[in-house]
Amino acid sequence: MNKILKYVILDIIRNKIVLTYIFFLFLITLGVFNLEDNSSKGLLSTLNLVLFIVPLVSVIFSTIYIYNSSEFIELLLSQPLKRKSIWLSLFNGLSLSLVFAFIAGTGIPILIYHADITGLLLILSGAILSVIFVSISMLATVYTRDKAKGIGISILLWLYFALVFDGLVLFVTFQFADYPIEKLVLIVSSFNPVDLSRIIILLRLDDSALMGYTGAVFREYLGTGIGITVSFTVLIMWFIVPLYFSLKRFKKMDL
Amino acid sequence: MIQISDLSKNYGKLKVLENINLQFSKGDGIALIGPNGSGKTTLIKCILGMVIPRKGKILFNKKNIANNWQYRQNIGYMPQIGRYPDNMNIGQVIEMMKDIRKSVSTVFDEDLIQNFGLEKIYDKRMRTLSGGTRQKVSASLAFLFNSDVLILDEPTAGLDPVSSEILKNKIIKERNKGKLIIITSHILSELDDIINKVVYLQDGNLKFNKSISEIKESTGEGKLSKAIANIILNKSFNEQNT
Repeated sequence: MNKILKYVILDIIRNKIVLTYIFFLFLITLGVFNLEDNSSKGLLSTLNLVLFIVPLVSVIFSTIYIYNSSEFIELLLSQPLKRKSIWLSLFNGLSLSLVFAFIAGTGIPILIYHADITGLLLILSGAILSVIFVSISMLATVYTRDKAKGIGISILLWLYFALVFDGLVLFVTFQFADYPIEKLVLIVSSFNPVDLSRIIILLRLDDSALMGYTGAVFREYLGTGIGITVSFTVLIMWFIVPLYFSLKRFKKMDL
Repeated sequence: MIQISDLSKNYGKLKVLENINLQFSKGDGIALIGPNGSGKTTLIKCILGMVIPRKGKILFNKKNIANNWQYRQNIGYMPQIGRYPDNMNIGQVIEMMKDIRKSVSTVFDEDLIQNFGLEKIYDKRMRTLSGGTRQKVSASLAFLFNSDVLILDEPTAGLDPVSSEILKNKIIKERNKGKLIIITSHILSELDDIINKVVYLQDGNLKFNKSISEIKESTGEGKLSKAIANIILNKSFNEQNT
């Protein structure tokens, strides 16, 4: 398994896109921290960038990478290797590279400007988001043979998690603003890893005071140590479940 | 060595293989022939575990191959269309395969790499290779690990006469060592000295499975190609009449 992982990572490094991604993240994060007058605001802007760019790059890069590796997968399948280890090596290779890229690109500036628990939480959730979207893209590729369709599905999933879901939640919250639906919103938010990460970080920043009563409910549940542990468990489920189903499907696929 | 029982496979509604029963023993040279789309490659891919059959099972050395992977240590496979990672070069691909299978066999059979002169073009990228050179790489990889079973899907398609002769001699040499060789080809004349059994597939059905001497005897033809053509023509002739 480690052997395949080695070749996957070598291949990704040779690809140079990940290096560009590191450079890009580094430049943006550094720029944001320098533009804002206090580092807390800088962290907030970084958060919004991270929640937008990291899922997008992870999902699209991994989808295209897996489609382009079809030759590699085919070659390996005729060799004495387990299907499981081929698939998991691809997952590990992509996750490791993207997490490394995120930590190098965004983590280092954050540690320079805002090295506290909140900063670390942002690094952690960004890293987990990278892995989650690798896992989601693997699920998308394994269910569609057609490359264009697979990439389309990946982009739609990203749109859904990054934009559409928020809109829907906001709409429902406004419609039922007269009812006590804070807890419901809390539960619904955990159906979206991007939202969940956003809430975890926001609650630790002063701006959560702006969130009113809902913010208070969130803080009561998620602001505590237990709340954060639970939310990270949910985030971890978010990459284990798609990975599990993609693996199950990959084991039965004809190639 | 390989035992196939009741094997069926379909892609959607299309039936590719139907109730195939076959047995291949050590030392056999099997020619798997049939028209395009008759299921030859699918059968091979089933043996390799790349295609999962709908029904039936395949035993390799008396062990079911379903959910098993170790058995592939004993197989050298040359695909019909070799597909390789585009941005690796020939040397890297060969090194990678050696690395992956290292634990199994430490002695590599590099005859073909030398005879095809692949070392001189080790730094060529896979995507720049012509179809023939790709075939040479595929063939070299199939023979590299001294496997007991060699599965060759259209081995000489796209090779120039010299290379094709090199490959043929290599196949004969390995067969004389007592290996099981399964070969698909449309060029029947070149199979003559390599094989001893013929398996004929048509529309996913096993039409016949006979030894060469049987075939030559029953048709009275000395050459394999003519004998087979004779049988196929007779069959379709009979079908038309009934």
